[in-house]
Amino acid sequence: MARADALSLRQSMGKSSSERFFWDRTAHARIGDLAGGTSCGDRLEKLSGKSVLVATGSQLATALALIELDGLARRLTILPPDAETEHFDAVIAGAQVDAIVTDRESKASGSFDRLVRVVCSPGIEQAERLPPALLQTEWVMLTSGTTGVPKMVVYSLAGLTAPMRAGKQADSPVVWGTFYDIRRYGGLQIFLRTVLGGASLVLSRAGESISDHLDRLGQHGVTHLSGTPSHWRRALMSPEIRKISPRYVRLSGEIADQAILDSLRHAFPQASVGHAYASTEAGVAFEVLDGLAGFPDQFIERSRDGVEMKVLNGSLRIRSPRTASRYIGAERTALADKDGFVDTGDMVELQGERYVFAGRRGGIINIGGLKVHPEEIEAVINRHPQVRMSLVRPKRSPITGSIVIADVVLKSGNRVGGELLAVEGDILRLCRDALPRHKVPASICFVPALDVAATGKLARRHG
Amino acid sequence: MSVKLTITDQMAQIAREHGKILAPLRDDLVLLDSGLDSLGFAVLVARLEDRLGVDPFTASEDAQFPVTLGDFVKVYENGAR
Repeated sequence: MARADALSLRQSMGKSSSERFFWDRTAHARIGDLAGGTSCGDRLEKLSGKSVLVATGSQLATALALIELDGLARRLTILPPDAETEHFDAVIAGAQVDAIVTDRESKASGSFDRLVRVVCSPGIEQAERLPPALLQTEWVMLTSGTTGVPKMVVYSLAGLTAPMRAGKQADSPVVWGTFYDIRRYGGLQIFLRTVLGGASLVLSRAGESISDHLDRLGQHGVTHLSGTPSHWRRALMSPEIRKISPRYVRLSGEIADQAILDSLRHAFPQASVGHAYASTEAGVAFEVLDGLAGFPDQFIERSRDGVEMKVLNGSLRIRSPRTASRYIGAERTALADKDGFVDTGDMVELQGERYVFAGRRGGIINIGGLKVHPEEIEAVINRHPQVRMSLVRPKRSPITGSIVIADVVLKSGNRVGGELLAVEGDILRLCRDALPRHKVPASICFVPALDVAATGKLARRHG
Repeated sequence: MSVKLTITDQMAQIAREHGKILAPLRDDLVLLDSGLDSLGFAVLVARLEDRLGVDPFTASEDAQFPVTLGDFVKVYENGAR
């Protein structure tokens, strides 16, 4: 489709070619250099009008390629870092890919004989002329399904960037950082904020320790930092957390419970702490800045910035110009209902004048017919001052089908048996005071760490 | 601690936590009359697995849930060997 009114990403970068960078762990690029340069050399033109799979290994190469290809490619499909090679064929067929962008670190190193292939670099060379960016590029992201071929979700750049339009440019330089990978919805949001908002961005790096990452964020003077509650809980366990002092702290991707919001306010008293609600399909719906978990009930059924929300059968439904437009590929289900509302699958409960998130519809544990969301139990356990994070999981029971067990990570490890018993007793008492009997864990297992998936979310094994 | 003592100890503990009154724990006590409900027994079996290292009911497909406390203890004594 021809571009109607909106500018391409390259055009939207702004003229401010001042000191703005993407920083990787080992390399960096001056964002302004893209105004008259390319990371793909004279091969860029070969991608004009194509459906391009961005299969770069380095996030820096991804960042540059996305800016260069918006408006040039017909469709941009972003391969997430943990995409299974066995799914490549399905992705290529589903998005009708006819060109692929790779780099030296790319996992997609097989032969893609039928595809135009362009190898890009994480550096920018000046170009005499750049091919014109006249198309309304479709952006395609892959959802992070736990099994099977990931769903492929289509957006317009206007939809992806709608949450940022209202934001005004900051007076002082903004340095974004994110614990996400920019090839995921949560990370892509931060990448786009960086490009459109005149900022710099410190990119994450797979396999890098949280300490090294925090150290880099500190060196570059990060002012705005985003991640999931699980990312943040891990960061708060690192002594290097002292090396950063962001002005803005953002949580998304998982339920932000009161404990993590309080911990972040305590760690960064000068920062504004916001939790955003977004999902790959529904887009960014809202952000809450009052420091409290959940969201005010007026958000429901009162349109805010064009976002409408309602609760049906307990789950949050969203209709907005920011939602993805449709699925492509093998997925045959409709993304939204006939009225255009996307069912997020996130269950909410009204408590007083606030909606709180109960958990995922698919994550419900059935205890002798009573339904339990692991997340609501975790929120209670996380209130204990010595608990850093917790995971509530089902355990098979011969009597009630399932029963809940909690894995708990303490803020400081190395405790002797007697102390652990006391903490266990405390946690169970806290649960008994706050929860009905069937939601109280049958036992508490103290563990040194919990698995966080590549998506930044706590790894839950649904069984 | 013997298997039996571990079991009765946990039953008393769970009854306290669940606000239930436990019947005197004799061998011929019918479990349904013990004061613990099915959730209480589910918690008991989970805790006993932590302490005795075995869940004899889940481990074996055809294990019948015992009727009396004496039978219940026997299942664990056999399973914990």
